[in-house]
Amino acid sequence: MPSITRAEVEHLARLARIDLTDDELDHFAGQLDVIIGAVAKVAEVAAEDVPPMSHPEPLTNVFRADEVRPGLTPEQALSGAPAVEDQKFRVPRILGEEP
Amino acid sequence: MSDLTRMTAAELAAAVASGETSAVEVTQAHLDRIEAVDERVHAFLHVDTDGALSAAKAVDAARAAGEQLGSLTGVPLALKDVLTMEGIPTTCGSRVLDGWRPPYDATVTRRLRDAGVVILGKTNMDEFAMGSSTEHSAYGPSHNPWDLTRIPGGSGGGSAAAVAAYEAPLAIGTDTGGSIRQPAAVTGTVGVKPTYGGVSRYGLVALASSLDQAGPCARTVLDAALLHAVIAGHDPLDSTSLDAPVPPVVEAARQADVRGMRIGLVKELSGEGYQAGVEQRFREAVGLLEEMGVETVDVSCPHFPYALAAYYLVLPSEASSNLAKFDGMRYGLRSGDDGSRSVEEVMALTREAGFGAEVKRRIILGTYALSSGYYDAYYGQAQKVRTLIARDFAAAFEQVDVLLSPTAPTTAFLLGDKLDDPLAMYLNDIATIPANLAGNPGLSLPAGLAPEDGLPVGLQVMAPALADDRLYRLGAALEAALLDRWGHLLIEEAPAL
Repeated sequence: MPSITRAEVEHLARLARIDLTDDELDHFAGQLDVIIGAVAKVAEVAAEDVPPMSHPEPLTNVFRADEVRPGLTPEQALSGAPAVEDQKFRVPRILGEEP
Repeated sequence: MSDLTRMTAAELAAAVASGETSAVEVTQAHLDRIEAVDERVHAFLHVDTDGALSAAKAVDAARAAGEQLGSLTGVPLALKDVLTMEGIPTTCGSRVLDGWRPPYDATVTRRLRDAGVVILGKTNMDEFAMGSSTEHSAYGPSHNPWDLTRIPGGSGGGSAAAVAAYEAPLAIGTDTGGSIRQPAAVTGTVGVKPTYGGVSRYGLVALASSLDQAGPCARTVLDAALLHAVIAGHDPLDSTSLDAPVPPVVEAARQADVRGMRIGLVKELSGEGYQAGVEQRFREAVGLLEEMGVETVDVSCPHFPYALAAYYLVLPSEASSNLAKFDGMRYGLRSGDDGSRSVEEVMALTREAGFGAEVKRRIILGTYALSSGYYDAYYGQAQKVRTLIARDFAAAFEQVDVLLSPTAPTTAFLLGDKLDDPLAMYLNDIATIPANLAGNPGLSLPAGLAPEDGLPVGLQVMAPALADDRLYRLGAALEAALLDRWGHLLIEEAPAL
């Protein structure tokens, strides 16, 4: 019984917005099964009472003074955009209407 | 003047400051070297000839005007392509960023420029720093200068190869699970991962934000320390940047005094999986330290055997979130936008076309580890193991000043050998990952050549957080003792290119 199936990989790829090919799905399903089998080793550690560590530093929120400082110009911010219109990022249709 | 490309960064800075040579001459010598060898090494993804020469001219003009020069003014450097540099292509080794020119400098880049360091160009890497060989670069692998059929390590293989091939005396790498230290080990160079938070991550394209740390690559411990001092220090633009004084790394490298130091040998970072010649050179180096009066004790870090598993849950989880920004909307590649497709379809086509196999695997793995129903068993449990690893370090550092281990379990393997076996590739970082999980600093320096294959072996030194200076004290002392024994740096035994 694999720890992850091809159908699950397909579902995860859809969640992650990656349009995998059939060949990739076949290939990755086997590889991910091996990897997940290996990382499942964390379950061997008895850690019920151990606090989780998300980060090496004990920092909580870090605030800076609310001061106006120079930032990117609109031209700079848009300089890498695949498509621009009226000084905005131009994107494909977002709502579900048919073209 | 001897060959400028063979000199250390410290020597070059002194020669520029004294007027013995000029920054332009130094820069041109390295650009010529790149021109001569990089077709074979492929350390660079982009060489900024004009920018480098103009930065060098500015240094020479400043000197002529009587300005005070810094410790690395006029010294050339290779910058890993995961750090932004305004107007210069920054790809992270990925097709998804092909042609992107960032509109701002990373803090590391800004500090290098301010220090008069001459940035030669951007170095090759595994895509988004995911890998141990540079074979996951979308632009083809880099080659190990010791043997061009072998990997230069990764993800920062380009930076290590550039330094090992005398294309640059210094480079910047980034280390999430060993990406500075493992390439240093397999190329016979020095690489340091500073304490987490010691060097700003602003402008460092994030792989795993709680693990990523930029640091120096060099051919000597002192050069690494000089570079460390230039890039380190608090940065208000990075909320995880430590507001603490930079440890006295340069002084420590110059003093190189290990008298009274206690070192721990990590029991769990040896044995099965470690190449015989790697262990042999490691033990010899430890013997040399003992001859120098260093006290060694065996130390156990019982949770280190779980570090790799915890890492490959924490890292993909963070990466799957961090890489969500590459969606083809605001910058980088956009694929399949024919006017009829929805934004979600275009995102999925863009990410399919823009990402390579390893990036896709890790994004899917992270998505899996974070999904409801699996979160507690995988990501949650990995975070608890991370706490136990940090406690192992804390307990060890109550007994000793630094910990020692081999940096990588093997010497450089052949290109192609592990490319389609992700788990085998992950094992390269088995000794370096614990320091990333806990946030501790680590250094790798050459310990000799493995007898069975004649390839470089790296020795890793680990220290408590914010005690980076101890890495340099021990590293410089061991380097000096080995120099005494060999009569030259290990890198000088590399075959001519």
